[in-house]
Amino acid sequence: MESENLVAAAATRILGDLADPHSVNRARADAWKAPAWAALEEAGLTLAWVPEGLGGAGAELSDGFAVLRAAGRFAVALPLAETLLAGWLLSKAGIPAPQGAMACAPAREGETLTLSGDGTLSGTLRSIPFAKGARHIAVLAGRQGGGVSVALLDASQAHIDDGNSIAGDPLNGVSFHAARPAAVKDAPADLDGQALQLMGAAARATQMAGALEAILDLAVNYANERVAFARPIAKFQAVQHNLARLAGEAAAAVAAAGSAADAIAHAGVFDEAVLLEAAAAKIRVGEAAGEGAAIAHQVLGAIGFTQEHTLHRFTRRLWAWRDDFGNESAWAVKLGTLVAAKGADGLWPMLAAR
Amino acid sequence: MATELTFDAIRLPPECMALRKEVRAFIAKEIDAGSLDPHGGGIDGAYSADFSRKVGAKGWIGMTWPKTYGGHERSFLERYVVTEEFRVANAPVRLHFVADRQSGPMILKYGSERIKADILPRICRGEVCFAIGMSEPNSGSDLFAARTKATKSKDGWRVNGSKIWTSNAHQAHYLIGLFRTSPPTKENRRHGLTQFVVDMKTPGITVNPVYQMTGAHDFNEVVFEDAFMPDDHVLGEVDGAWKQATSELAYERSGPERFLETFYVLTELVRVLGERPDTRGAEGIGRLVAQVHALRRMSVSVAGMLHAGKEPVVEAAIVKDVGTIWEQKLPHKARDLAAFTAPETANRATFEERLSYATMIAPKLTIQGGTTEILRGIIARGLGLR
Repeated sequence: MESENLVAAAATRILGDLADPHSVNRARADAWKAPAWAALEEAGLTLAWVPEGLGGAGAELSDGFAVLRAAGRFAVALPLAETLLAGWLLSKAGIPAPQGAMACAPAREGETLTLSGDGTLSGTLRSIPFAKGARHIAVLAGRQGGGVSVALLDASQAHIDDGNSIAGDPLNGVSFHAARPAAVKDAPADLDGQALQLMGAAARATQMAGALEAILDLAVNYANERVAFARPIAKFQAVQHNLARLAGEAAAAVAAAGSAADAIAHAGVFDEAVLLEAAAAKIRVGEAAGEGAAIAHQVLGAIGFTQEHTLHRFTRRLWAWRDDFGNESAWAVKLGTLVAAKGADGLWPMLAAR
Repeated sequence: MATELTFDAIRLPPECMALRKEVRAFIAKEIDAGSLDPHGGGIDGAYSADFSRKVGAKGWIGMTWPKTYGGHERSFLERYVVTEEFRVANAPVRLHFVADRQSGPMILKYGSERIKADILPRICRGEVCFAIGMSEPNSGSDLFAARTKATKSKDGWRVNGSKIWTSNAHQAHYLIGLFRTSPPTKENRRHGLTQFVVDMKTPGITVNPVYQMTGAHDFNEVVFEDAFMPDDHVLGEVDGAWKQATSELAYERSGPERFLETFYVLTELVRVLGERPDTRGAEGIGRLVAQVHALRRMSVSVAGMLHAGKEPVVEAAIVKDVGTIWEQKLPHKARDLAAFTAPETANRATFEERLSYATMIAPKLTIQGGTTEILRGIIARGLGLR
């Protein structure tokens, strides 16, 4: 990756010190979370996508994506992506970002919130990552008379269900009943529900690419150490070929997610080209997550299936993240519909646009 | 991380975009003139002396080579654009493609001055077809088992033996052959093989056709009976061919032809499913488009690294592995997705005809130019597993 990226290097240093998967897994308790979050916040990483004038670190979009890839490599169970996205959403509308963990909503296609004429917010959402534990929630909501607004709410304004993803991270139903936002502003013209889903999809795909790199590394190291039939299992061709396939899936994920992040960072608008990039990334990375996790588990055998081993920290998040901000099927229908509408002869020009 | 995979996001520079327009305009003109059938793609008709000469005149062969040898000193990314546009348009590039992709670069790097000056400018003009003489009846993926022998004689070498599965040999003007010049040593079984530029007009060379299951004539057996090779036809080091074969393969393995060979199936699938497919059709198209997009971005990324002078050997092998598996599955996937389309759908006949052809050629995609098994071995080595 662009390992020269200083912002990502800072994230890697902090996470290596305070959120190392081994130590975190051994500790079982959540005591590591507060210091790790505090260090990320202190370094300005949680609000990397918020301009300095709005209370953030004012880093580039590409920096934030590099941070997410690094975080994916640690399978970090903190609302880093969520807070980054929330900060990005707020700043698009010019709302200053508060400190502390944030959630970002909606996180699923087709779910909406409504802002009434009296300025209150209502609506019910099914699955918001890390809503439980967030201090604030940044939302995109439709205005009753038309148009879209961005709002910032104190989490106490929402009813938040209990619930966890299959990774064990908070994944909550959230409902607002005439809730009072702390701040509301009209969304800029280029920001709609789909734009938020695309940004979220690219962010998740980037984390997942990092996690796939990590399980490739983990599985390769394990195969070189684990001895069976008097030699390291890495020497068996069947194992080598499985790992080569895992490398292929990780490579596809890294390339697709990297391309989507780059497209968003340079496009400035969420047009059809960005739709192709972000949707394709979420689809392909989601497929790679399924295939890749299966291979890693096969290589690690029984030990990889235990709570004791760190593999599940990665694979369970890979499975869970597939469903946030549009799963493979949802994006495939959307992308396929677009391609079909443009017609057969429009396909290649669309693919070869950059 | 021990197993870092690098696929930087490459944005093709503006000169590539301008070139793409130029290539598309050229293709459109050729379609109008009837010299290119965008719905073709079979190997019959893919060899066109006339078309290759026109491409040469455009400066689109040997694009990255030095001007001294007829090249154009353009970037590897520009060559990439030409390759992918021609591939997608089913352009008849068979005459010059192998020479442009691998034989020319090999000669440029290892050829004698006389061979370079003689052959490279003619490749650039689109006049020269190359074949690759590697496989033998008992030496396929295991190239170091080659037994066709080159024996030193006065001023040159005498070659005896035979090569097989040699694509293009019946149309080729030259072949790059891998011959045994010494026995392997105990320490190095790869020792003792030498590459030669073989002029196919040389007396003592016979080409026998081996028809493929589609009925097409692509493969050949090439028999050498005391065929004479002058000394300056040796490519690189005598007995040292094994040192010369690795980094060039990154170019050969990672190009757009490694996942676009059956692309017409996807285009025709989109056409047959119509402008408003049902959910099943839309999802199927969406997944295939996402997959081919990811492959192209991987391939462009490798092109960018090659352009920057890096040697992404593992990344290139991954592109070919994942790409050829994908293009091999594509016809079967398309067949599934089109299962419920009405027989009277406008392009149904074209779709079925292209699908049948792609289904039949699909098995070769994971064999030619390095089998899946060999590629995964290379990837495994790159991962530090062997």
